[in-house]
Amino acid sequence: MNQPGILELVSFGPQGWGKALLAGAWMTVLIALAGYSIGAAIGSFGAWAKISGSRGLRIAADTYTTVLRGIPDLLVIYLFYFGGSAVVTAVGQLFGAQGFVGFPGFLAGSLAVAVTSGAQFTEVFRGAFKAVHAGEIEAAIACGMGRWLRFRRIVAPLTLRHALPGLGNVWQVVLKESALVSITGVAELLRQTQVAAGSTGLPFDFYLIAGAIYLLISTGSGLFMRRAEQHFSRGVRRS
Amino acid sequence: MDWQFLFETFLSLISAIPLSLELAATSIILGAICALALALCRLSGIPALDWFARSYVFIVRGTPLLVQIFLIYYGLGQFPAVRHSLLWPFLREPYWCAVLALTMNTAAYGSEIIRGGLLSVPFGQIEAARACGMPRMMQFRRILLPLAIRQALPGYSNEMISMVKATSLASIITLMEVTGVAAKIISETYRAIEVFIVAGAIYLAINFLLTRLVHLLEYWLSPHLRQPVPHPAAGLAPAPIEGDAR
Repeated sequence: MNQPGILELVSFGPQGWGKALLAGAWMTVLIALAGYSIGAAIGSFGAWAKISGSRGLRIAADTYTTVLRGIPDLLVIYLFYFGGSAVVTAVGQLFGAQGFVGFPGFLAGSLAVAVTSGAQFTEVFRGAFKAVHAGEIEAAIACGMGRWLRFRRIVAPLTLRHALPGLGNVWQVVLKESALVSITGVAELLRQTQVAAGSTGLPFDFYLIAGAIYLLISTGSGLFMRRAEQHFSRGVRRS
Repeated sequence: MDWQFLFETFLSLISAIPLSLELAATSIILGAICALALALCRLSGIPALDWFARSYVFIVRGTPLLVQIFLIYYGLGQFPAVRHSLLWPFLREPYWCAVLALTMNTAAYGSEIIRGGLLSVPFGQIEAARACGMPRMMQFRRILLPLAIRQALPGYSNEMISMVKATSLASIITLMEVTGVAAKIISETYRAIEVFIVAGAIYLAINFLLTRLVHLLEYWLSPHLRQPVPHPAAGLAPAPIEGDAR
């Protein structure tokens, strides 16, 4: 049997898996972006609850971050994938649908990634807010700025600037976590690689390529993050 | 809440705890040794070693652990040379593949933490050791390493917790540790929330105990930060000389 070479395997030709891998990489980025943005929303709410929420809200946010940072992400994905299906099936039966209704893997995956990254976002935002100099907020109050204006013009931009390095870390974690979503059957990069490895009998080559693609995405986004940091810290003197 | 079901789940998950702990402990211990070696490579000043450690850390930290596990578990078997080597009895076993992948992973993350710890040791301490006439190895063993470990321990505890969490990925290559058993129960009963609560509680308990242990170790390693315990015969002994023990 004539084994096709590895270059032929990752090409975009009829025997090539290039197209599948590229589509998988795109799906990976989409899951990561969806999880990241929902996670950021959860995180800003969590940070707000921890900083200035009521006692109940603060306890809830504390419990959330402690639990989500102490249990494996895989478990959270199982919860959303199987738990989501159970809820959807129950709702479906309420409306007279028969049998099992599956929960879309993409939604389950992004929600699981969002909920786990939300805990990290909470801590990043809280730490960044603490780094905002009290004098800046005082000055804003002294200028007679209202609560909302103060938040929009002073607190939010300064917090974001302090949060940028932490946000970069969270993005890297989210990107790697998105590989776990492959167990729900979503055709993201790792899932496509598994299919390719299985049907060609060349697992080593394909997993190596998948690793290289992940490395490429994370390095690329790392460079972007560094540029963003440079951009938003212009005018700040570093010791 | 179905207490009967929760209790049964708890019983089946509890039997899987030893495997999870074994995976975590083996990879943390082996990983710490590799991490120290990598950190020393970074600080050795030898370009080849430095370059090797840098690229290793870059590659391992930039790729998902699951890809690394698959690469080792499914990938290595592709080569006849590996299948016929002495290592095959180990690499055929999912357990050793998981240990290898976890160790490689934690070595990369841990090496950066240890490097930070080594760099934080004040030069004066080493200078003092040199002035006492300590040879290089003894300087390292008695001064540099203990001080670095004390400094790096809080950061390293985070890494240990991530390792406990990372053992859950072993379930994907058929190992029945806590997450593996939990996934099996979920797919049989479709009661994800209950099983999640029990399994999550187990992981939280493990991580809580782990942080307590590290705190204890930290306490033991930093006698200089403790309040001095009043000696029973304090009134008789001459007053201790005040000073900064650090």
